[in-house]
Amino acid sequence: MDPLSLKKLNAARAAREAIALVTDLGDGRDRVVKEGDPVAGELGDALARTFQTGKSGVVTVDGRDFFINVHLPPPRLVVIGAVHISQAMAPMAALAGYDMEIIDPRTAFATPERFEGVRLDDDWPEDVLKLRPLDPYCALCAVTHDPKIDDYPLKAALEAKCFYVGALGSRKTHGKRVERLLAEGVPQAAIDTIAAPIGLDIGASSPAEIAVAVLAQVIEAFRKREIVSGKAAA
Amino acid sequence: MSEQFHDDPLKVAEAWMGEGRPVAVATVVETWGSAPRPVGSHLVIDADSNFEGSVSGGCVEGAVIADALDVIETGEPKMLEFGVADETAWRVGLSCGGRIRVYVERIG
Repeated sequence: MDPLSLKKLNAARAAREAIALVTDLGDGRDRVVKEGDPVAGELGDALARTFQTGKSGVVTVDGRDFFINVHLPPPRLVVIGAVHISQAMAPMAALAGYDMEIIDPRTAFATPERFEGVRLDDDWPEDVLKLRPLDPYCALCAVTHDPKIDDYPLKAALEAKCFYVGALGSRKTHGKRVERLLAEGVPQAAIDTIAAPIGLDIGASSPAEIAVAVLAQVIEAFRKREIVSGKAAA
Repeated sequence: MSEQFHDDPLKVAEAWMGEGRPVAVATVVETWGSAPRPVGSHLVIDADSNFEGSVSGGCVEGAVIADALDVIETGEPKMLEFGVADETAWRVGLSCGGRIRVYVERIG
């Protein structure tokens, strides 16, 4: 492996960029390709597929075997609302390997004492997400119940094509939310992708149980996302 | 995920390289049947047999490390294949019944 390729790979992974190392298994030469970089021909098609599915593998082009090793960014879990559900969810998310962070402008809720060891911002989502924008490798859960806080990040998450967007609230609450988002110009098709009521239907009752249901739904969305994107491409 | 960056083999490889240590990278490039580690998994090895990462969860690492020392010396990449011990000529195998191909190359 070219030492420069290794450095490029590690730098891109640190910067949350999707990247692939393409190795010619015949002569051992390799090159680094970023998602969206133009690569001609069959190899380019194979690369595009690999970035979409995240599945590394060997492809044969013109009788030559290439190994494409793709590295997709680790998923980020952004939770709007420093509430009991997020309190329970933070340690579970850490165990499951998700980088979880919480945004809540209500300083009475967002206290470091209640959320030890979790990244916590007590600013408005508008401000925080400008500094650290959402991307397709983010999941967003809005759990404050407050439209003033939840609506903007929901809209931003749909625009950024986050792999998961969920919103807490009854069907009635969600109905009103849908009306507000439509009025804001968010397309119906995008709104339909919001998981609401949030979480897998396991009859969750306590905040901790709801946290399990939400995290399970996030994991499902991430692990099955290639099927979804495959449909989108068809 | 944060877990993946903990003791990340490719970061370890870069750090070793920075210290001037010769390093080989072994990568799972193909799997058949039940394989313990997915395609793309890495094991990195230095000339003193220090290693980080995994290509099989322990079944064939010993053999891969032995070949990696060769690769470090010659600079010639190698393709290794492991299956169930009985069915192949290899001395070591995968007890799970799967088959893997591992590409071993030197960095630089």
